[in-house]
Amino acid sequence: MTTTTSVLGGAIRRREDPALIQGTGRYVDDIKLNGMLHVAFVRSPYAHARVTSIDTSEAEGMDGVHAVYTIDDVRHLGPLLAQVPVGKLRPLLADGTVNHAGEAVAMVVAETRYQAQDAAETVSVDYETLPTVIDLAEAASDEVKVHDDLDSNVLLTWEGGPWGNEEGIAEAKQTIAAAKERDDVVVVSQEMVNQRLIPTAIEPRSVVAEWNAGYGRFEVFSSTQIPHALAGAIAKTFGVASNAVRVVAPEVGGGFGAKLNVYNDEILVPFAAKQLGRPVKFTETRRESPNSTIQGRGWAGTATITGTRDGEVLGYELHALCDMGAYSQNFTLAIPFLGVFVGSGQYGFPIHMKLDCITTHTMTTDAYRGAGRPEAIYYLERILDEYAAAIGMDPAEVRRKNYIPSDEFPAAMSPVGFAMDTGDYERNLDAALSHFGWDDLKAERDKAQEEGRYLGVGLTSYVEVCGFGPSALVDLGFSWSEYGLPSAFSGSGLVRVNPDGTVTVVIGTGPTGQGHETTWAQLVSRQLGIPVERIRVTHGDTAESPMGVGTFGSRSAAVDGAATHEAAVEVKEKAAKIAAHLLEAAEEDIRFGEDGAHVAGTPDKSVDWDELARVAYQPHLLPEGLAGGLEAHSIFSPANATWPFGTHLAVVDVDPETGDVRLLRYLAMDDCGNVINPMIVDGQIHGGIAQGVGQAMFEDAVYDEEGNLLTGSLVDYPLPTATDLPMFELARTVTPTDINPLGVKGIGEAGTIGSAQTIVNAVVDALRPLGVTHIDMPLRPKRVWQAIHDATNGRDS
Amino acid sequence: MADRFGKVSDEEDGLKVSMTINGREVSDDVEPRTLLVHFLRENQGLTGTHVGCETSYCGACTVLMDGKTVKSCTMLAVQASGSDLTTIEGVADGESLHPVQEGFWERHGLQCGYCTPGMIMSAVGLLEENQSPSEGEIRHAIEGNLCRCTGYHNIVKAIEYAASRIRGEEPAAPDWNHEEVSA
Repeated sequence: MTTTTSVLGGAIRRREDPALIQGTGRYVDDIKLNGMLHVAFVRSPYAHARVTSIDTSEAEGMDGVHAVYTIDDVRHLGPLLAQVPVGKLRPLLADGTVNHAGEAVAMVVAETRYQAQDAAETVSVDYETLPTVIDLAEAASDEVKVHDDLDSNVLLTWEGGPWGNEEGIAEAKQTIAAAKERDDVVVVSQEMVNQRLIPTAIEPRSVVAEWNAGYGRFEVFSSTQIPHALAGAIAKTFGVASNAVRVVAPEVGGGFGAKLNVYNDEILVPFAAKQLGRPVKFTETRRESPNSTIQGRGWAGTATITGTRDGEVLGYELHALCDMGAYSQNFTLAIPFLGVFVGSGQYGFPIHMKLDCITTHTMTTDAYRGAGRPEAIYYLERILDEYAAAIGMDPAEVRRKNYIPSDEFPAAMSPVGFAMDTGDYERNLDAALSHFGWDDLKAERDKAQEEGRYLGVGLTSYVEVCGFGPSALVDLGFSWSEYGLPSAFSGSGLVRVNPDGTVTVVIGTGPTGQGHETTWAQLVSRQLGIPVERIRVTHGDTAESPMGVGTFGSRSAAVDGAATHEAAVEVKEKAAKIAAHLLEAAEEDIRFGEDGAHVAGTPDKSVDWDELARVAYQPHLLPEGLAGGLEAHSIFSPANATWPFGTHLAVVDVDPETGDVRLLRYLAMDDCGNVINPMIVDGQIHGGIAQGVGQAMFEDAVYDEEGNLLTGSLVDYPLPTATDLPMFELARTVTPTDINPLGVKGIGEAGTIGSAQTIVNAVVDALRPLGVTHIDMPLRPKRVWQAIHDATNGRDS
Repeated sequence: MADRFGKVSDEEDGLKVSMTINGREVSDDVEPRTLLVHFLRENQGLTGTHVGCETSYCGACTVLMDGKTVKSCTMLAVQASGSDLTTIEGVADGESLHPVQEGFWERHGLQCGYCTPGMIMSAVGLLEENQSPSEGEIRHAIEGNLCRCTGYHNIVKAIEYAASRIRGEEPAAPDWNHEEVSA
């Protein structure tokens, strides 16, 4: 029944934890430099207004204030960079107009945090308010323009069938239209909102910068997922060489995509540091964070399934309006593209997706855990359940019937025109059904419903695309070249055996909680045999690592991990040459264990790592032609992205009187290929699910018509708490990828991509006897109660 | 003022506050509006206590004051004058970790680590009152501490581990070594 094949490392305790559990981990706001000044921003109370004057004179005269900057001081530095530079790029400070509430208008620099905030409150800004447009459909109509100088609020449309292939798209549309004409089909359609979310890492963003004129160098500490890109952006902005900027991302207290941007404060703080000749710090307050750090999601769309009465889907359509907010930042316009990328899920049926990217007078949206993929999978897996209900078929069987068959892998072509690495969807579904007891869960549901309880079960499939990725993504228009990183999405890893036989691993990506220091040590230990206790992984410092684009898109292990693995293999090959020389044996007879190298079959003919290292750094002791040192650096560019998948189940209980939803059980059968550290992988899945549950049940970034964010505090924007969630029940199948030497696919986002629709499907399942067929997220009591009330016309349920 | 806030005296540069932090007597002059968390972090250099929301909702700033958990971001330093504080830096007994710290390490109760000090302090507070908490009691005790990384699953396991240790029992085995399932 069970086999263990594919755990590459084992569930060891994390190397990073001793500091973090004793309060000695260093986050950016913990950093205090001599003479350091503090920043506070003046932010707009209006979503759309002309700025007619800014009076900074009172602030400038206050105790401790060193400077107050407006756009006139920094316009020459240009707007922020964006990978898809369509729409309005964000100026460093409001330039003539403000375009969302909370936009930074002026920046105060003072001796203390408190003085900076006091002074910011005295800056007097005159605004002339202008019409706002918040609603997506209203914005799409162009009746009110967000930016006068843009042609339309519709910035861009991503479309598939086969992405970028007009003939293929036309053919898919035609096929689906023809299917709808058949008289043996059902057409099921539902309008659904995938609401805006506020990522809410518990650590607010923080940046500290110092300019040392003598060294001619910026030193910047930032709570970022992309230190190298930030260094590149600073170098470009200030016209200095890339090696004149050192960016360090020390401990980063959660990212979830929200720290995958170069923000205006990350340019303005170095600017002020250079102007004033003093180190400068800015730390977001939680109150300003929802409008100074990107938000995510924000789609409104209609999904339609056309299929036969026996479960064969003949076509899937999704047309959605996607909220980009007021300004386009790093990945803003690319997020819906990721939805197209994965929009056909695990299925082979014809698809037509049209995603319109709409600008509105709200905070910018960008990558939030999953980034386009949770939205796309939500629509697909929600409407599949409504189709299953319409034809009276088990939701698991509808999915099974439409999967891309396992014999089309590897390199199965998805209906949106992308080759998928490996997959075995039916095996994963069957494992979930039997391991979690799907039939029993349904029987329990039926029994409860007979007893008048509203118990519901949900089941969904998901596939994600991650592990970015191939250098060739440049050809699709995605690259970090504007940020000084020509390598698109390649990974890097450096493995160095130090003269004392310990190992230093330098990686180009920095973790935000994913445990890279442990996982990478395990990867290197696995090759060299050196215990993880003797391996130190350093990360997030651009002065140390050659390159790296960052931790996002569930990519670190599959790309930078693979690079590190290759570097370790190279180090081992060199060590084998040295050992062969010292032991007077053939290189191919050298074997490695925990204590170093020995000759196969002769364990006492051995040399330990201390000795190998000592010799490696004394070139006169080395065999002729072998260079000194014992290190290797590898750049890895995978041939494709990876495609993890899985089956998620949820059991919920709904109180029809109050609309209260209780999540009783959550069960997930994920397949992320090989696993390095199962403890860390499970932790990633737990956290991912929690964020999906958060979207399904609690979280909602709500703006009023005038563009005020009504849910900008943790009081109004409830994150899931410990009492809201059950223990998660996890299991896995393993389908290794063939596009990297580790066979790992990535697991950071899977839990989030798989979960929101699983909860909603379960709640709708519970309430289907009352006639409820859909409820928009979040499923808070009032909304659930209203849906029941509407479906029953107020009759007693 | 001294009556209301304890040991506080007016000085020219502000108010003098005195307290015991992790067994050490400290005193200093502060602006009256100085938050306790800023006093700990910036005045005392104890940066293990974190600021997550400044409104007491996230709990990253949780410390023990006279044995009870308080949120140091919504309390003034002067209100803590005269009290006995324990922060994350003072939880371990010399070289040996507190059972709760050990539990968080052993059961992967943290990822990014930002909420962790506050979470650990809440757990320490719970276990001082109740050494055999049920899962529900653990969840209730940390309801005021938000974690965005873990989904709380392993935090609950970590606190169960610590409770076992404190009771002198062997903790339950971890649940992550589930094997690959084939259909």
